[in-house]
Amino acid sequence: MQVLEKNVAVKLAIEVHGLRKVFRKRESLLRGQVKEEWALKGVSFVVQEGETYSLLGPNGSGKSTLIRILSTLLTQDGGEVRVLGYRLPQEERFLRRLMGRVSVDAAFYKKLSARENLLYAAQLYGLEPRAAERRAMAILERLGIESRRFNDPLEEMSRGMQQKIAITRALLINPPLLLLDEPTTGLDPKSRRDVQAFLEDLRREQGTTILLTTHDMAEAERLSHRIGFLARGNLVAEGTAEELKAQAGTEDLEEAFIVLTGEDIKEDEEQDA
Amino acid sequence: MWAFVFRDWHLTRRYISWVFVFVFYAIVNSATIALIGKAQDDFRLTLTLLLGVLLWSFLSAMYNEIANSISYERWEGTLEYTFMAPVSRLIHLSGVSLFAVLFSVVRTIVILIGLVLFIQVSVSGANLLGVLVVLLVGSLAFMGLGLMAAILPVMSPENGAQATNIFQGVLLLVSGIYYPVSVLPAWLQPLAYLSPATYALEASRKLMGINNPDSTPERLVGAPLSAVLPELGILFVMGLVFIPMGLLVFSWAERWAKQTGKLKRTG
Repeated sequence: MQVLEKNVAVKLAIEVHGLRKVFRKRESLLRGQVKEEWALKGVSFVVQEGETYSLLGPNGSGKSTLIRILSTLLTQDGGEVRVLGYRLPQEERFLRRLMGRVSVDAAFYKKLSARENLLYAAQLYGLEPRAAERRAMAILERLGIESRRFNDPLEEMSRGMQQKIAITRALLINPPLLLLDEPTTGLDPKSRRDVQAFLEDLRREQGTTILLTTHDMAEAERLSHRIGFLARGNLVAEGTAEELKAQAGTEDLEEAFIVLTGEDIKEDEEQDA
Repeated sequence: MWAFVFRDWHLTRRYISWVFVFVFYAIVNSATIALIGKAQDDFRLTLTLLLGVLLWSFLSAMYNEIANSISYERWEGTLEYTFMAPVSRLIHLSGVSLFAVLFSVVRTIVILIGLVLFIQVSVSGANLLGVLVVLLVGSLAFMGLGLMAAILPVMSPENGAQATNIFQGVLLLVSGIYYPVSVLPAWLQPLAYLSPATYALEASRKLMGINNPDSTPERLVGAPLSAVLPELGILFVMGLVFIPMGLLVFSWAERWAKQTGKLKRTG
Protein backbone atom coordinates (compact mmCIF):
# COMPACT_ATOMS: atom_id res chain seq x y z
CA MET A 1 0.00 0.00 0.00
CA GLN A 2 1.18 3.51 -0.80
CA VAL A 3 1.08 6.42 1.63
CA LEU A 4 0.70 9.99 0.43
CA GLU A 5 3.02 12.58 1.92
CA LYS A 6 1.40 14.62 4.65
CA ASN A 7 1.65 18.38 5.13
CA VAL A 8 1.52 19.09 1.41
CA ALA A 9 -1.15 21.47 0.17
CA VAL A 10 -3.70 19.12 -1.39
CA LYS A 11 -4.68 19.80 -4.98
CA LEU A 12 -7.31 17.73 -6.68
CA ALA A 13 -6.55 16.15 -10.03
CA ILE A 14 -10.01 14.59 -10.45
CA GLU A 15 -13.28 15.73 -8.90
CA VAL A 16 -16.40 13.71 -9.65
CA HIS A 17 -19.73 14.62 -8.06
CA GLY A 18 -23.00 12.75 -8.59
CA LEU A 19 -21.88 11.32 -11.93
CA ARG A 20 -24.63 9.57 -13.84
CA LYS A 21 -24.60 7.85 -17.20
CA VAL A 22 -27.37 5.93 -18.91
CA PHE A 23 -27.27 3.96 -22.14
CA ARG A 24 -30.51 3.70 -24.05
CA LYS A 25 -31.22 0.85 -26.39
CA ARG A 26 -34.23 0.63 -28.64
CA GLU A 27 -35.78 -2.77 -28.00
CA SER A 28 -38.32 -2.77 -30.77
CA LEU A 29 -38.07 -0.61 -33.86
CA LEU A 30 -41.83 -0.70 -34.45
CA ARG A 31 -43.07 -0.08 -30.93
CA GLY A 32 -40.36 2.44 -30.16
CA GLN A 33 -39.67 0.89 -26.76
CA VAL A 34 -36.39 2.05 -25.25
CA LYS A 35 -34.51 0.08 -22.62
CA GLU A 36 -32.43 2.12 -20.19
CA GLU A 37 -29.29 0.76 -18.58
CA TRP A 38 -27.73 2.93 -15.88
CA ALA A 39 -23.95 2.46 -16.01
CA LEU A 40 -23.27 5.08 -13.31
CA LYS A 41 -25.87 6.05 -10.73
CA GLY A 42 -24.45 9.07 -8.96
CA VAL A 43 -20.76 8.34 -8.37
CA SER A 44 -18.70 10.83 -6.34
CA PHE A 45 -15.01 10.72 -5.48
CA VAL A 46 -11.85 12.81 -5.72
CA VAL A 47 -8.26 11.96 -6.60
CA GLN A 48 -5.43 14.12 -5.31
CA GLU A 49 -2.52 15.20 -7.47
CA GLY A 50 0.22 12.58 -7.31
CA GLU A 51 -2.15 9.96 -5.93
CA THR A 52 -2.79 6.53 -7.38
CA TYR A 53 -6.47 5.69 -7.00
CA SER A 54 -7.80 2.29 -8.02
CA LEU A 55 -11.35 1.45 -8.92
CA LEU A 56 -12.19 -2.18 -8.30
CA GLY A 57 -15.29 -3.76 -9.65
CA PRO A 58 -16.64 -6.65 -11.69
CA ASN A 59 -17.50 -6.36 -15.37
CA GLY A 60 -20.49 -4.10 -15.89
CA SER A 61 -19.86 -2.17 -12.69
CA GLY A 62 -19.21 1.08 -14.62
CA LYS A 63 -15.39 1.26 -14.45
CA SER A 64 -14.77 1.65 -18.16
CA THR A 65 -17.67 4.08 -18.56
CA LEU A 66 -16.14 6.23 -15.84
CA ILE A 67 -12.71 6.17 -17.50
CA ARG A 68 -14.28 7.01 -20.88
CA ILE A 69 -16.04 10.04 -19.42
CA LEU A 70 -12.80 11.25 -17.84
CA SER A 71 -11.05 10.63 -21.19
CA THR A 72 -13.56 12.94 -22.98
CA LEU A 73 -14.86 10.02 -25.05
CA LEU A 74 -18.30 9.92 -23.44
CA THR A 75 -20.50 12.69 -22.12
CA GLN A 76 -22.28 12.25 -18.83
CA ASP A 77 -26.04 12.51 -18.33
CA GLY A 78 -25.72 14.13 -14.94
CA GLY A 79 -23.27 15.26 -12.30
CA GLU A 80 -20.12 17.34 -12.40
CA VAL A 81 -16.65 16.31 -13.49
CA ARG A 82 -13.45 18.34 -13.23
CA VAL A 83 -10.14 16.96 -14.41
CA LEU A 84 -6.98 18.95 -13.63
CA GLY A 85 -9.28 21.89 -12.98
CA TYR A 86 -11.13 21.71 -16.30
CA ARG A 87 -14.87 21.06 -16.44
CA LEU A 88 -16.05 18.23 -18.65
CA PRO A 89 -17.31 18.24 -21.29
CA GLN A 90 -17.24 22.05 -21.69
CA GLU A 91 -13.46 22.49 -21.36
CA GLU A 92 -12.30 19.16 -22.72
CA ARG A 93 -10.07 20.70 -25.41
CA PHE A 94 -7.74 22.14 -22.74
CA LEU A 95 -7.30 18.73 -21.18
CA ARG A 96 -6.20 16.73 -24.18
CA ARG A 97 -2.48 17.49 -23.90
CA LEU A 98 -2.49 16.68 -20.21
CA MET A 99 -3.58 13.08 -19.99
CA GLY A 100 -2.64 9.69 -21.33
CA ARG A 101 -4.89 6.65 -21.45
CA VAL A 102 -4.26 2.94 -21.69
CA SER A 103 -7.22 0.67 -22.31
CA VAL A 104 -7.57 -3.05 -21.79
CA ASP A 105 -7.21 -3.71 -25.52
CA ALA A 106 -4.03 -2.22 -26.94
CA ALA A 107 -5.53 -0.46 -29.95
CA PHE A 108 -2.99 0.11 -32.70
CA TYR A 109 -2.56 -0.08 -36.43
CA LYS A 110 -1.44 -3.67 -36.24
CA LYS A 111 0.31 -3.67 -39.63
CA LEU A 112 2.47 -0.70 -38.65
CA SER A 113 5.60 -1.08 -36.58
CA ALA A 114 5.87 0.07 -32.98
CA ARG A 115 8.04 2.94 -34.23
CA GLU A 116 5.48 4.05 -36.82
CA ASN A 117 2.59 3.83 -34.37
CA LEU A 118 4.46 5.81 -31.74
CA LEU A 119 5.70 8.45 -34.18
CA TYR A 120 2.15 8.89 -35.47
CA ALA A 121 0.90 9.38 -31.90
CA ALA A 122 3.77 11.79 -31.17
CA GLN A 123 2.92 13.91 -34.20
CA LEU A 124 -0.73 14.06 -33.14
CA TYR A 125 0.46 15.69 -29.95
CA GLY A 126 2.85 18.03 -31.78
CA LEU A 127 6.05 16.35 -30.53
CA GLU A 128 9.22 16.61 -32.54
CA PRO A 129 9.72 13.12 -34.07
CA ARG A 130 13.39 12.64 -33.09
CA ALA A 131 12.82 13.71 -29.50
CA ALA A 132 9.72 11.50 -29.36
CA GLU A 133 11.70 8.55 -30.72
CA ARG A 134 14.42 8.99 -28.08
CA ARG A 135 11.81 9.20 -25.33
CA ALA A 136 9.95 6.16 -26.66
CA MET A 137 13.16 4.11 -26.72
CA ALA A 138 13.96 5.11 -23.14
CA ILE A 139 10.49 4.11 -21.90
CA LEU A 140 10.50 0.83 -23.84
CA GLU A 141 13.90 -0.05 -22.42
CA ARG A 142 12.61 0.47 -18.89
CA LEU A 143 9.60 -1.69 -19.70
CA GLY A 144 11.93 -4.46 -20.81
CA ILE A 145 11.44 -4.30 -24.60
CA GLU A 146 14.57 -4.69 -26.70
CA SER A 147 15.25 -1.83 -29.13
CA ARG A 148 15.53 -4.26 -32.06
CA ARG A 149 11.78 -4.91 -31.77
CA PHE A 150 11.05 -1.23 -32.38
CA ASN A 151 10.63 -1.76 -36.12
CA ASP A 152 8.55 -4.93 -35.88
CA PRO A 153 4.87 -4.76 -36.86
CA LEU A 154 2.56 -4.77 -33.85
CA GLU A 155 0.79 -7.86 -35.20
CA GLU A 156 4.00 -9.83 -34.62
CA MET A 157 4.19 -8.87 -30.95
CA SER A 158 2.71 -10.64 -27.95
CA ARG A 159 -0.16 -9.08 -26.07
CA GLY A 160 2.18 -8.18 -23.23
CA MET A 161 4.51 -6.33 -25.61
CA GLN A 162 1.61 -4.56 -27.29
CA GLN A 163 0.38 -3.39 -23.91
CA LYS A 164 3.85 -2.04 -23.10
CA ILE A 165 3.83 -0.13 -26.39
CA ALA A 166 0.40 1.24 -25.39
CA ILE A 167 1.83 2.44 -22.09
CA THR A 168 4.74 4.04 -23.95
CA ARG A 169 2.27 5.84 -26.22
CA ALA A 170 0.39 7.20 -23.22
CA LEU A 171 3.62 8.42 -21.64
CA LEU A 172 5.18 10.03 -24.72
CA ILE A 173 3.69 13.38 -23.78
CA ASN A 174 4.75 12.98 -20.16
CA PRO A 175 1.20 13.59 -18.93
CA PRO A 176 0.47 14.71 -15.38
CA LEU A 177 -2.55 12.36 -15.39
CA LEU A 178 -2.65 8.74 -16.50
CA LEU A 179 -5.93 6.85 -16.93
CA LEU A 180 -5.35 3.11 -16.94
CA ASP A 181 -8.28 0.85 -17.76
CA GLU A 182 -7.24 -2.68 -16.75
CA PRO A 183 -3.74 -2.25 -18.22
CA THR A 184 -2.44 -5.61 -16.99
CA THR A 185 -5.47 -7.80 -17.72
CA GLY A 186 -4.39 -10.82 -19.74
CA LEU A 187 -0.67 -10.21 -19.32
CA ASP A 188 1.77 -12.92 -18.32
CA PRO A 189 3.14 -12.63 -14.76
CA LYS A 190 6.49 -11.15 -15.83
CA SER A 191 4.89 -8.49 -18.05
CA ARG A 192 2.46 -7.69 -15.25
CA ARG A 193 5.33 -7.21 -12.79
CA ASP A 194 7.27 -5.07 -15.32
CA VAL A 195 4.29 -2.78 -15.82
CA GLN A 196 3.53 -2.51 -12.11
CA ALA A 197 7.15 -1.71 -11.26
CA PHE A 198 7.25 0.92 -13.99
CA LEU A 199 4.08 2.58 -12.70
CA GLU A 200 5.58 2.72 -9.21
CA ASP A 201 8.74 4.36 -10.59
CA LEU A 202 6.70 6.78 -12.64
CA ARG A 203 4.71 7.98 -9.69
CA ARG A 204 7.80 8.29 -7.53
CA GLU A 205 9.94 10.09 -10.10
CA GLN A 206 7.36 12.21 -11.96
CA GLY A 207 4.57 12.56 -9.41
CA THR A 208 2.08 11.39 -12.03
CA THR A 209 -1.52 11.08 -10.88
CA ILE A 210 -2.87 7.65 -11.81
CA LEU A 211 -6.46 6.44 -11.97
CA LEU A 212 -6.42 2.68 -12.37
CA THR A 213 -9.25 0.22 -12.91
CA THR A 214 -8.47 -3.39 -12.27
CA HIS A 215 -9.84 -6.80 -11.32
CA ASP A 216 -6.60 -7.63 -9.54
CA MET A 217 -6.78 -7.11 -5.77
CA ALA A 218 -3.06 -7.59 -5.25
CA GLU A 219 -2.28 -5.05 -7.95
CA ALA A 220 -4.65 -2.51 -6.46
CA GLU A 221 -3.16 -3.04 -3.02
CA ARG A 222 0.41 -2.77 -4.29
CA LEU A 223 -0.02 0.34 -6.41
CA SER A 224 -2.76 2.39 -4.79
CA HIS A 225 -2.91 5.05 -2.14
CA ARG A 226 -6.68 4.61 -2.04
CA ILE A 227 -9.16 2.18 -3.52
CA GLY A 228 -12.81 2.55 -4.48
CA PHE A 229 -15.22 -0.39 -4.78
CA LEU A 230 -17.60 0.06 -7.68
CA ALA A 231 -20.63 -2.21 -8.02
CA ARG A 232 -23.72 -1.85 -10.25
CA GLY A 233 -22.90 1.78 -11.02
CA ASN A 234 -22.41 2.85 -7.41
CA LEU A 235 -19.25 3.63 -5.48
CA VAL A 236 -19.98 1.37 -2.53
CA ALA A 237 -16.90 2.09 -0.41
CA GLU A 238 -13.53 3.80 -0.61
CA GLY A 239 -10.43 4.23 1.48
CA THR A 240 -6.98 2.77 1.88
CA ALA A 241 -6.73 -1.00 1.64
CA GLU A 242 -6.39 -1.16 5.42
CA GLU A 243 -9.42 1.06 5.95
CA LEU A 244 -11.54 -1.07 3.62
CA LYS A 245 -10.49 -4.28 5.37
CA ALA A 246 -11.25 -2.74 8.74
CA GLN A 247 -14.63 -1.50 7.51
CA ALA A 248 -15.54 -4.98 6.32
CA GLY A 249 -13.93 -6.73 9.28
CA THR A 250 -11.87 -9.00 7.03
CA GLU A 251 -8.25 -10.00 6.67
CA ASP A 252 -7.84 -9.49 2.97
CA LEU A 253 -9.05 -7.09 0.33
CA GLU A 254 -10.93 -9.66 -1.71
CA GLU A 255 -13.07 -10.65 1.25
CA ALA A 256 -13.61 -6.97 1.99
CA PHE A 257 -14.84 -6.51 -1.55
CA ILE A 258 -17.34 -9.37 -1.21
CA VAL A 259 -18.59 -8.12 2.15
CA LEU A 260 -18.96 -4.50 1.08
CA THR A 261 -20.33 -4.98 -2.43
CA GLY A 262 -22.15 -8.32 -2.13
CA GLU A 263 -20.37 -9.42 -5.32
CA ASP A 264 -17.48 -11.76 -5.99
CA ILE A 265 -14.95 -10.27 -8.39
CA LYS A 266 -13.28 -13.69 -8.87
CA GLU A 267 -16.51 -15.28 -10.10
CA ASP A 268 -16.74 -12.53 -12.64
CA GLU A 269 -13.19 -13.14 -13.84
CA GLU A 270 -13.89 -16.88 -14.18
CA GLN A 271 -17.00 -16.13 -16.22
CA ASP A 272 -14.89 -13.91 -18.47
CA ALA A 273 -12.38 -16.70 -18.94
CA MET B 1 -2.06 17.36 -40.33
CA TRP B 2 1.12 15.60 -41.44
CA ALA B 3 0.55 12.95 -38.80
CA PHE B 4 -2.36 11.61 -40.86
CA VAL B 5 -0.38 11.75 -44.09
CA PHE B 6 2.48 9.92 -42.29
CA ARG B 7 0.07 7.27 -40.98
CA ASP B 8 -1.78 6.73 -44.26
CA TRP B 9 1.44 6.60 -46.27
CA HIS B 10 2.85 3.86 -44.03
CA LEU B 11 -0.45 1.96 -44.04
CA THR B 12 -0.52 2.10 -47.84
CA ARG B 13 3.09 0.86 -47.89
CA ARG B 14 2.22 -2.06 -45.60
CA TYR B 15 -0.80 -2.98 -47.72
CA ILE B 16 1.03 -2.45 -51.00
CA SER B 17 0.03 -5.87 -52.38
CA TRP B 18 -3.63 -4.89 -51.94
CA VAL B 19 -2.93 -1.59 -53.72
CA PHE B 20 -1.38 -3.47 -56.67
CA VAL B 21 -4.36 -5.82 -56.87
CA PHE B 22 -6.90 -2.99 -56.77
CA VAL B 23 -5.00 -0.87 -59.32
CA PHE B 24 -4.67 -3.88 -61.63
CA TYR B 25 -8.40 -4.52 -61.33
CA ALA B 26 -9.11 -0.81 -61.97
CA ILE B 27 -6.98 -0.87 -65.14
CA VAL B 28 -8.71 -4.02 -66.43
CA ASN B 29 -12.16 -2.67 -65.53
CA SER B 30 -11.39 0.67 -67.20
CA ALA B 31 -10.07 -1.06 -70.31
CA THR B 32 -13.21 -3.20 -70.68
CA ILE B 33 -15.35 -0.06 -70.57
CA ALA B 34 -13.15 1.94 -72.97
CA LEU B 35 -13.07 -1.01 -75.41
CA ILE B 36 -16.82 -0.61 -75.94
CA GLY B 37 -15.98 2.61 -77.79
CA LYS B 38 -13.21 0.89 -79.74
CA ALA B 39 -15.64 -1.80 -80.83
CA GLN B 40 -17.90 0.91 -82.24
CA ASP B 41 -14.86 2.43 -83.99
CA ASP B 42 -15.92 5.78 -82.54
CA PHE B 43 -13.06 7.82 -81.09
CA ARG B 44 -15.48 10.27 -79.41
CA LEU B 45 -17.29 7.43 -77.60
CA THR B 46 -13.95 5.82 -76.69
CA LEU B 47 -12.67 9.08 -75.20
CA THR B 48 -15.96 9.76 -73.41
CA LEU B 49 -15.78 6.37 -71.76
CA LEU B 50 -12.05 6.71 -71.05
CA LEU B 51 -12.52 10.11 -69.44
CA GLY B 52 -15.54 8.89 -67.48
CA VAL B 53 -13.75 5.85 -66.13
CA LEU B 54 -10.65 7.84 -65.16
CA LEU B 55 -12.52 10.68 -63.55
CA TRP B 56 -14.79 8.35 -61.65
CA SER B 57 -11.79 6.29 -60.60
CA PHE B 58 -10.15 9.42 -59.21
CA LEU B 59 -13.19 10.82 -57.43
CA SER B 60 -14.40 7.50 -56.06
CA ALA B 61 -10.92 6.57 -54.77
CA MET B 62 -10.70 9.88 -52.96
CA TYR B 63 -14.24 9.62 -51.62
CA ASN B 64 -13.55 6.06 -50.40
CA GLU B 65 -10.31 7.02 -48.68
CA ILE B 66 -12.09 9.76 -46.72
CA ALA B 67 -15.38 7.99 -46.05
CA ASN B 68 -13.70 4.75 -44.98
CA SER B 69 -10.95 6.29 -42.86
CA ILE B 70 -13.31 6.43 -39.88
CA SER B 71 -14.55 2.86 -40.28
CA TYR B 72 -10.94 1.70 -40.61
CA GLU B 73 -9.98 3.50 -37.40
CA ARG B 74 -12.94 1.99 -35.63
CA TRP B 75 -11.99 -1.46 -36.91
CA GLU B 76 -8.43 -1.05 -35.56
CA GLY B 77 -9.77 0.42 -32.32
CA THR B 78 -7.71 3.60 -32.70
CA LEU B 79 -10.64 5.97 -33.22
CA GLU B 80 -10.88 6.77 -29.52
CA TYR B 81 -7.19 7.70 -29.40
CA THR B 82 -7.53 9.97 -32.42
CA PHE B 83 -10.53 11.68 -30.84
CA MET B 84 -8.64 12.11 -27.55
CA ALA B 85 -5.69 13.82 -29.26
CA PRO B 86 -5.40 17.62 -29.26
CA VAL B 87 -6.27 17.84 -32.94
CA SER B 88 -9.30 19.69 -34.28
CA ARG B 89 -11.64 17.76 -36.51
CA LEU B 90 -10.80 20.20 -39.33
CA ILE B 91 -7.11 19.29 -39.12
CA HIS B 92 -7.88 15.58 -38.67
CA LEU B 93 -10.13 15.35 -41.69
CA SER B 94 -7.96 17.71 -43.78
CA GLY B 95 -5.00 15.43 -43.15
CA VAL B 96 -7.00 12.38 -44.22
CA SER B 97 -8.25 14.29 -47.31
CA LEU B 98 -4.78 15.52 -48.27
CA PHE B 99 -3.43 11.99 -48.41
CA ALA B 100 -6.57 10.86 -50.24
CA VAL B 101 -6.02 13.47 -52.98
CA LEU B 102 -2.32 12.62 -53.35
CA PHE B 103 -3.04 8.89 -53.42
CA SER B 104 -5.86 9.30 -55.94
CA VAL B 105 -3.76 11.47 -58.30
CA VAL B 106 -0.96 8.89 -58.37
CA ARG B 107 -3.43 6.01 -58.75
CA THR B 108 -5.20 7.74 -61.64
CA ILE B 109 -1.92 8.50 -63.43
CA VAL B 110 -0.94 4.81 -63.15
CA ILE B 111 -4.33 3.75 -64.52
CA LEU B 112 -4.04 6.28 -67.36
CA ILE B 113 -0.61 4.95 -68.31
CA GLY B 114 -1.96 1.38 -68.20
CA LEU B 115 -4.88 2.31 -70.43
CA VAL B 116 -2.81 4.23 -72.96
CA LEU B 117 -0.51 1.23 -73.28
CA PHE B 118 -3.46 -1.11 -73.72
CA ILE B 119 -5.78 0.95 -75.89
CA GLN B 120 -4.42 2.78 -78.88
CA VAL B 121 -5.96 6.19 -78.42
CA SER B 122 -4.50 9.61 -79.08
CA VAL B 123 -4.95 12.42 -76.56
CA SER B 124 -2.74 14.77 -78.54
CA GLY B 125 -4.17 18.29 -78.50
CA ALA B 126 -6.23 17.71 -75.36
CA ASN B 127 -5.82 20.23 -72.55
CA LEU B 128 -4.69 17.64 -69.96
CA LEU B 129 -3.31 20.27 -67.61
CA GLY B 130 -6.74 21.88 -67.60
CA VAL B 131 -8.30 18.50 -66.77
CA LEU B 132 -5.92 18.19 -63.80
CA VAL B 133 -7.03 21.65 -62.59
CA VAL B 134 -10.69 20.56 -62.86
CA LEU B 135 -9.94 17.37 -60.93
CA LEU B 136 -8.24 19.28 -58.12
CA VAL B 137 -11.00 21.89 -57.86
CA GLY B 138 -13.64 19.11 -58.03
CA SER B 139 -11.76 17.32 -55.25
CA LEU B 140 -12.91 19.98 -52.78
CA ALA B 141 -16.57 19.19 -53.32
CA PHE B 142 -15.91 15.43 -53.18
CA MET B 143 -13.98 15.93 -49.93
CA GLY B 144 -17.10 17.52 -48.47
CA LEU B 145 -19.23 14.61 -49.65
CA GLY B 146 -16.68 12.17 -48.22
CA LEU B 147 -16.82 13.96 -44.86
CA MET B 148 -20.60 13.67 -44.82
CA ALA B 149 -20.41 9.99 -45.72
CA ALA B 150 -17.76 9.41 -43.03
CA ILE B 151 -20.37 9.90 -40.33
CA LEU B 152 -22.20 6.75 -41.40
CA PRO B 153 -19.61 4.36 -39.88
CA VAL B 154 -19.66 6.51 -36.72
CA MET B 155 -23.42 6.12 -36.43
CA SER B 156 -23.62 2.46 -37.36
CA PRO B 157 -20.54 0.28 -36.91
CA GLU B 158 -22.25 -2.68 -38.58
CA ASN B 159 -23.84 -1.04 -41.61
CA GLY B 160 -22.23 2.38 -41.90
CA ALA B 161 -19.34 1.42 -44.17
CA GLN B 162 -21.70 -0.38 -46.55
CA ALA B 163 -24.08 2.59 -46.57
CA THR B 164 -21.30 4.82 -47.94
CA ASN B 165 -21.41 2.61 -51.08
CA ILE B 166 -25.10 3.43 -51.61
CA PHE B 167 -24.27 7.13 -51.49
CA GLN B 168 -21.44 6.57 -53.96
CA GLY B 169 -23.68 4.47 -56.23
CA VAL B 170 -26.26 7.23 -56.45
CA LEU B 171 -23.55 9.70 -57.48
CA LEU B 172 -22.36 7.28 -60.17
CA LEU B 173 -25.89 6.92 -61.49
CA VAL B 174 -26.88 10.58 -61.64
CA SER B 175 -23.60 12.20 -62.72
CA GLY B 176 -23.62 11.02 -66.34
CA ILE B 177 -20.21 9.40 -66.09
CA TYR B 178 -20.66 7.26 -69.23
CA TYR B 179 -23.77 8.82 -70.78
CA PRO B 180 -25.45 12.20 -71.12
CA VAL B 181 -27.59 13.22 -68.15
CA SER B 182 -30.49 13.67 -70.60
CA VAL B 183 -30.95 9.89 -70.89
CA LEU B 184 -31.79 9.63 -67.18
CA PRO B 185 -35.47 9.50 -66.15
CA ALA B 186 -36.79 13.06 -65.94
CA TRP B 187 -37.44 12.83 -62.19
CA LEU B 188 -33.80 11.86 -61.59
CA GLN B 189 -32.18 14.54 -63.74
CA PRO B 190 -32.35 17.37 -61.18
CA LEU B 191 -30.11 15.31 -58.91
CA ALA B 192 -27.38 15.43 -61.55
CA TYR B 193 -27.01 19.15 -60.95
CA LEU B 194 -26.26 18.53 -57.27
CA SER B 195 -23.38 16.20 -58.10
CA PRO B 196 -19.91 17.76 -58.53
CA ALA B 197 -18.99 14.91 -60.88
CA THR B 198 -21.49 16.24 -63.45
CA TYR B 199 -19.66 19.58 -63.71
CA ALA B 200 -16.21 18.01 -63.54
CA LEU B 201 -17.15 15.78 -66.48
CA GLU B 202 -18.70 18.55 -68.55
CA ALA B 203 -15.61 20.69 -68.08
CA SER B 204 -13.20 17.84 -68.77
CA ARG B 205 -14.99 16.84 -72.00
CA LYS B 206 -14.63 20.41 -73.28
CA LEU B 207 -10.96 20.53 -72.24
CA MET B 208 -10.30 17.22 -73.98
CA GLY B 209 -12.12 18.46 -77.09
CA ILE B 210 -14.20 15.28 -77.26
CA ASN B 211 -17.29 16.96 -78.71
CA ASN B 212 -15.43 19.61 -80.68
CA PRO B 213 -16.37 19.15 -84.38
CA ASP B 214 -12.77 20.00 -85.36
CA SER B 215 -11.31 17.12 -83.34
CA THR B 216 -10.08 14.09 -85.28
CA PRO B 217 -8.96 10.65 -84.05
CA GLU B 218 -5.35 11.78 -84.60
CA ARG B 219 -5.59 15.25 -83.04
CA LEU B 220 -8.06 16.62 -80.55
CA VAL B 221 -8.90 20.31 -80.26
CA GLY B 222 -9.15 20.90 -76.52
CA ALA B 223 -10.70 24.07 -75.11
CA PRO B 224 -8.66 26.52 -73.04
CA LEU B 225 -9.26 26.69 -69.29
CA SER B 226 -11.13 29.97 -69.73
CA ALA B 227 -13.86 28.06 -71.60
CA VAL B 228 -14.78 26.08 -68.47
CA LEU B 229 -14.76 28.90 -65.94
CA PRO B 230 -18.51 28.52 -65.24
CA GLU B 231 -18.07 24.82 -64.34
CA LEU B 232 -14.94 25.60 -62.31
CA GLY B 233 -16.88 28.30 -60.47
CA ILE B 234 -19.72 25.91 -59.64
CA LEU B 235 -17.25 23.25 -58.46
CA PHE B 236 -15.45 25.77 -56.30
CA VAL B 237 -18.68 27.02 -54.73
CA MET B 238 -19.75 23.40 -54.13
CA GLY B 239 -16.47 22.83 -52.31
CA LEU B 240 -16.98 25.97 -50.25
CA VAL B 241 -20.43 24.75 -49.25
CA PHE B 242 -19.86 20.98 -48.93
CA ILE B 243 -16.67 21.07 -46.83
CA PRO B 244 -18.05 23.21 -43.98
CA MET B 245 -21.31 21.26 -44.25
CA GLY B 246 -19.35 18.00 -43.98
CA LEU B 247 -17.46 19.27 -40.92
CA LEU B 248 -20.69 20.45 -39.32
CA VAL B 249 -22.46 17.15 -39.91
CA PHE B 250 -19.40 15.30 -38.63
CA SER B 251 -19.33 17.38 -35.43
CA TRP B 252 -23.01 16.53 -34.83
CA ALA B 253 -22.25 12.85 -35.33
CA GLU B 254 -19.27 13.05 -32.98
CA ARG B 255 -21.37 14.67 -30.26
CA TRP B 256 -24.07 12.05 -30.72
CA ALA B 257 -21.48 9.24 -30.63
CA LYS B 258 -20.07 10.59 -27.36
CA GLN B 259 -23.55 10.69 -25.91
CA THR B 260 -24.45 7.16 -26.94
CA GLY B 261 -21.05 5.50 -26.53
CA LYS B 262 -20.58 4.68 -30.23
CA LEU B 263 -16.89 5.55 -30.45
CA LYS B 264 -15.54 2.33 -29.04
CA ARG B 265 -14.56 -0.56 -31.25
CA THR B 266 -17.60 -2.70 -30.50
CA GLY B 267 -19.94 0.25 -30.92
